Amino acid sequence: MSRDDNVLHYYEPQPDLGTPGVAAGEEVTLNIDGSAVSVPAGTSVMRAAALAGSPVPKLCATDSLAAFGSCRVCLVEISGRRGFPASCTTPVEEGMQVRTQSPELVRLRRGVTELYLSEHPLDCESCPSNGDCELQDCARELDIESSRYTAAAPADCGAADTSNPYFTFDPQQCIVCSRCVRACADTQGTFALTILGRGFDSRVGVAGDDFLGSECVSCGACVSVCPTAALVESSVIELGAPRRSVETTCAYCGVGCGLRAELRDEQVVRMVPWKDGRANEGHACVKGRFAYGYATHEDRITTPMIRDSIDEPWREVGWDEALAFTAARFSEIQARHGRNSIGAITSSRCTNEEVYLVQKLVRAGFGNNNVDTCARVCHSPTGYGLKTTLGESAGTQAFASVAQADVIVVMGANPTEAHPVFGSRLKRRLREGAQLIVIDPRRIELVDAPHVQAAFHLALRPGTNVAVLNALAHVIVEENLHDQAFIDARCDSAAFAQWREFIRDPMHSPEALEELSGVSAQTLRGAARLYASAGNAAIYYGLGVTEHSQGSTAVMGIANLAMLTGNLGREGVGVNPLRGQNNVQGSCDMGSFPHELPGYRHLSDTAARSQFEAAWGVSIDPEPGLRIPNMFDAAVDGQFLGLYCQGEDVAQSDPNTEHVEAALASLECLVVQDIFLNETARFAHVFLPGASFLEKDGTFTNAERRISRVRQVMPPLSGKADWEVTRDLANALGCTMDYTHPEQIMAEIAALTPTFAGVNYELLDEYGSLQWPCNEGAPQGTPTMHVEQFVRGQGLFAITDFIPTEERVNRRFPLILTTGRILSQYNVGAQTRRTANTAWHAQDLLEIHAEDAQQRGIADGDWVGIESRVGATVLRAQLSERVRPGVVYTTFHHPVSRANVVTTENSDWATNCPEYKVTAVQVSRVNAPASWRSRQRQSVPRAQTEEVSGDD
Amino acid sequence: MSVRYFVPADTTAIAVGADDVAQALAAALETRGEYGRIVRNGSRGAFWLEPLLEIEQHGRRVGFGPLSAAEVDAIVALPPEAREQHPLFLGDVEALPWFAAQRRLTFARAGLGDPLSLDDYLLRRGFDALERALEMAPEEIVQAIDDSGLRGRGGAAFPAGIKWRTVMDTPAGQKYIVCNADEGDSGTFADRLLLEADPYQLLEGMAIAGLAVGADTGYIYLRSEYPRAREVLRVALAKAEAAGYLGSNLAGSQRSFRIHLRIGAGAYICGEETALLESLEGRRGMVRAKPPLPAHQGLFGRPTLVHNVLTLAAATTVIADGAQAYAALGEGRSRGTLSVQLAGNVRRGGLVEVPFGVTLRQLLEDFGGGTRSGRPLRAVQAGGPLGAYLPESLWDTPLDYEALAAVGGMLGHGGLVLFDDSVDMARQARFAMAFCTEESCGKCTPCRIGAVRGTELLDRVIAREAPHSELALLEELCDTMEQASLCAMGGMTPAPVRSALAHFPEDFA
Ligand SMILES: Cc1cc2nc3c(=O)[nH]c(=O)nc-3n(C[C@H](O)[C@H](O)[C@H](O)COP(=O)(O)O)c2cc1C
Ligand code: SF4
Ligand code: SF4
Ligand code: SF4
Ligand code: SF4
Ligand code: FES
Repeated sequence: MSRDDNVLHYYEPQPDLGTPGVAAGEEVTLNIDGSAVSVPAGTSVMRAAALAGSPVPKLCATDSLAAFGSCRVCLVEISGRRGFPASCTTPVEEGMQVRTQSPELVRLRRGVTELYLSEHPLDCESCPSNGDCELQDCARELDIESSRYTAAAPADCGAADTSNPYFTFDPQQCIVCSRCVRACADTQGTFALTILGRGFDSRVGVAGDDFLGSECVSCGACVSVCPTAALVESSVIELGAPRRSVETTCAYCGVGCGLRAELRDEQVVRMVPWKDGRANEGHACVKGRFAYGYATHEDRITTPMIRDSIDEPWREVGWDEALAFTAARFSEIQARHGRNSIGAITSSRCTNEEVYLVQKLVRAGFGNNNVDTCARVCHSPTGYGLKTTLGESAGTQAFASVAQADVIVVMGANPTEAHPVFGSRLKRRLREGAQLIVIDPRRIELVDAPHVQAAFHLALRPGTNVAVLNALAHVIVEENLHDQAFIDARCDSAAFAQWREFIRDPMHSPEALEELSGVSAQTLRGAARLYASAGNAAIYYGLGVTEHSQGSTAVMGIANLAMLTGNLGREGVGVNPLRGQNNVQGSCDMGSFPHELPGYRHLSDTAARSQFEAAWGVSIDPEPGLRIPNMFDAAVDGQFLGLYCQGEDVAQSDPNTEHVEAALASLECLVVQDIFLNETARFAHVFLPGASFLEKDGTFTNAERRISRVRQVMPPLSGKADWEVTRDLANALGCTMDYTHPEQIMAEIAALTPTFAGVNYELLDEYGSLQWPCNEGAPQGTPTMHVEQFVRGQGLFAITDFIPTEERVNRRFPLILTTGRILSQYNVGAQTRRTANTAWHAQDLLEIHAEDAQQRGIADGDWVGIESRVGATVLRAQLSERVRPGVVYTTFHHPVSRANVVTTENSDWATNCPEYKVTAVQVSRVNAPASWRSRQRQSVPRAQTEEVSGDD
Repeated sequence: MSVRYFVPADTTAIAVGADDVAQALAAALETRGEYGRIVRNGSRGAFWLEPLLEIEQHGRRVGFGPLSAAEVDAIVALPPEAREQHPLFLGDVEALPWFAAQRRLTFARAGLGDPLSLDDYLLRRGFDALERALEMAPEEIVQAIDDSGLRGRGGAAFPAGIKWRTVMDTPAGQKYIVCNADEGDSGTFADRLLLEADPYQLLEGMAIAGLAVGADTGYIYLRSEYPRAREVLRVALAKAEAAGYLGSNLAGSQRSFRIHLRIGAGAYICGEETALLESLEGRRGMVRAKPPLPAHQGLFGRPTLVHNVLTLAAATTVIADGAQAYAALGEGRSRGTLSVQLAGNVRRGGLVEVPFGVTLRQLLEDFGGGTRSGRPLRAVQAGGPLGAYLPESLWDTPLDYEALAAVGGMLGHGGLVLFDDSVDMARQARFAMAFCTEESCGKCTPCRIGAVRGTELLDRVIAREAPHSELALLEELCDTMEQASLCAMGGMTPAPVRSALAHFPEDFA
């Protein structure tokens, strides 16, 4: 075995110390090959040796997995011990004397490696992993070319499995090290792989026909750990080994995984999880790891386009013309209708720097506060609820904190589908023995996953979150399970006393609420006791909490529970929103609200306002601007005529599509900035091509307040990154901006935002990422919030009256529709549908309980019409036990299914977050989806691309 | 006093016709109108005498064997005073030299009475040890085990006292006792014999271990090919619990110990303790790397005391008779008795319990009586399929763990398999590699791939196709397997191969 050294010139695989690190504790000092090294007790000899600069060969060990001890090439000599202990499974001891090299060791390692080679193809030159293979490394280090054993005919292990669109399994190359099996079980928690057969016949097997036909969720963990070419990205087979790499951050979900783009020239060969990414610690999911192909999809628009009216065809123009056209129209509208007649929508997909620039453009350029974010659509109740009770609009913990939790509550979230990498962390902790309470109308995977079982599943009726939270709090107070010492020390006692009176009212007892909520009193009591009696209890919640008419109330109810039981301010506890999109947290932090400046400072805060005024050299309107729904209302009324919409497809993802479309259609100048011609663009006058996350520099902030770098991997296809477009538009409007790199924008953000004061790109490069607040008080960031005291001083127990939603079932609309998402697809699917991820989720389905289906004569796979008070659409039915009778469920990843057509305009009282999660509907069997759909579509012309991508 | 007839209901005895004998006996008694009670006892372990019929009358118990069903009627017909004339008459079985020369402690009760009768058990000092243990502090029990010098009888011969102490000293709420009854070594049957003949002794031993180390739950992992033992254990567990010798109020002490019976996965490797634990946890029987030791993190990650059936049984002897009495027997660091199992080509096969120190030759010749075929004895494999083949020059080695190890052998679970001069030692060497190929759990490379390469090499040696260099490669392979394997399966497979090569080179020429 030999390898081409040239190939390896630039590319270095990520370092691998062989076994996982051990939490710092008692230090042990030992001697390895003559040099002393100190490591925490419990560390393996292998890891200590690697740290001491004497790495030991290894084939079954990798530092993301517990040591296994199967390959036997890592043997060492330890003074006073018989034989040759395996360094991966031997823990260090004080004073140990280890030798990693000796003639005897070389002989044994060669003996073992020769056995491997006796059943391994020896054509390294033609192997896709040539130069990136640990068996090759091992053989080379031991100076073995081939094996002296004349094996009987090489074992026939079967053909390669190419069913997965992203990776290939070639059993001929497999050395049965079991890393993949262990990664699937321990890292991912899916248990799709196993070793079939015994002894020499041991083979890696998938439970199913092939990878695609199995439980495999295509996370790629197995591929990452495979030491040989047995499991390898198909793109590596196709394009060859990568030659350079760039660390960046996933642009899909709020987990914010660190990724490493590995490239040949400008072409991404593969995207692998970055081991030093603290959000993911070397893991990723099918989206971030594989679904990046959209970035170079042929549907990408790379030239600016304009048109005078939306029934005209687009005209491709240069950047200058497009920006001048926009500036002229906006100025003209403002001249005619006043300052407040235009506004902007920021994107939670774009970088912090870009969001900041858009809100600056609005405040300093437009001269109003009409800036809002689509995060309104999902998480503004979190901001409001947590700010009110705890004092900061963000989750309290780092993801890693879940490893210390004893009881975990998952409410209105489906982490294994929507936040998969965090879902894997969670499952790992549950397999270690933590207890789980699921509060969700649907039987999500966690309720009953491999080796994971919820202690309680509160399958509540949609719309009764607050009632259930109140019942839990009631039990804790009535049964005296609360943490009085914590409350006395940390919370506002007057508010607590008042709240206590409120919650003790028997109307909040489980018995009083069981019928309404659909959860038995016994279950409510059991769950309350379990939560309250845990050493460390943590709550994780998602859109199922916020997207309700009482979203903010529910968030406050959650914060109340945590304060009540003292579960805040340390690791393993806390209140944690699972953010939907990659930069929901960041876009909110960056002041993209009509009433708040960056850092959640209200416009009425004169000190804050004048700080910005001084920095920007303008005066800022102290009056809050329009929220998105108000913009739409004003547009329909003819008061609001110009909108700059960056990176959000409001026509697709906002509720009550028909009203939105009417509003968009009445605008005089709609500017859409996106990478694809999206639904909203059908109503646009200007289309500004956007840049994917691979094409720009910046930062994203994930759900744990972690600011991570996005690094440019390839130049923008359109010639400009999004921040450059906004900058140039501002300049065209006469609002001078002269940034030449996002780093300068971050410097401005840091200078103006106390929680970001310490953030800069240099520090980000040094630490990999930083959790805000990051400032003088916390120069390396803040993993856990509210440690000494709450940000607002004393925690505030907020009164959480339960007010049933106006959206109620009746004879005409007897079912409740609730919505969610699925692992392989992302939001409205603009990206994921343009990748091979469609192999897993070709269309949105309506999950319906067999009982409800039977009553309506609906069979599995039938087309069904779904009608609400405001609209109707057609989907295929899927009979399911995951929903209870009376509830139907769908995802909304495919625009053609137009699930949002039926959702209503009800919204959260405090923040206008729309009530996606509860819509009363009727469902009936239909024969011809076409006729239904055409009725829904006749009003507006649809963008061509979307028609083509339809699935029927 | 009535007449009692004893016909063993033991697997081996039944295999050679004990059920037919029992049937014929019942028929004979019926046709003759004689009154007599038939007891289906366990076997005494003298398989060369099975099927054995014992008749107890007027306080005297005499045996006949080996017997066929056809001969039963005639024996029943004999008046007591004429029995001695019968050609199969054995007299008092225990007085036969084969028995008299043994020192039965663990197997003292085997074959005497009905294995499932608690009365029989209590009559013969059953639960004496448990009663004593209940009055002892855990530390005292562990000290007694330590002082007795008892070592593990499952193969590795690790001092039991150290293991008990480790489990006792490991802080944890939940601990377990696991009995390894997977008995997979070819030519061994002592565990099964004990389970079928004297099951309560094991249960008692486990309960004592539980009291000592602080475990309230035990598991018996029983070889799947032992259906009779399974049935006996099932009933014994139920009866012991019903009588309060197991359960939440152990012999009225308010202390609790429960035992669950689990059936093995039918794989040799599941006898290896960590693979056994994996199997008990519901996974495939794959060896775990050590550390952690089972005593620290065993079943379900809890401190676990894993012992062979015979080790746990011997604990009752140690506690009942005292550590000194047990330690008084034996030689060197091997104390007490060993239950040797004579099998293979042997004239008088069966279970021979003797103190350590007896020589191999005494066992092979005095007890075994040489080969069944009558041809000269050429080799004996000691310690199961992973044990060395010993030539005559080594037969004066005493039964002693260290003495045997010094000559490259091991005692293992006490099996001795005899071969006459028709054996081809090259084929036996190949068999060792083939056995390893068959039984390897497949986890570690030296064993998973090495055993296959070893079999292929020896195939060529046997076919005289191998150049000399291949024997050198075989030596290297043996080194790799011995020193690099994760467990003793791959690590000891070279022992039979190397001993065959060393002591019987002529078979490889
Ligand atoms: C391949 C292999 C097979 C084994 N099979 C058995 C067995 O069948 N019964 C047994 O008691 N021990 C067996 N052992 C030994 C056990 O691993 C373990 O040492 C023993 O159960 C401990 O009990 P002891 O201390 O009472 O000997 C085996 C070991 C190996 C390596
Ligand atoms: S891709 Fe992920 S889920 Fe699929 S087999 Fe590999 S580790 Fe398991
Ligand atoms: S596929 Fe790769 S990781 Fe899995 S056992 Fe084979 S070599 Fe190891
Ligand atoms: S989509 Fe989310 S979980 Fe998946 S890789 Fe990206 S950030 Fe991580
Ligand atoms: S030596 Fe054989 S049986 Fe033991 S762990 Fe290795 S492969 Fe499994
Ligand atoms: S790396 Fe230690 S045994 Fe494989």
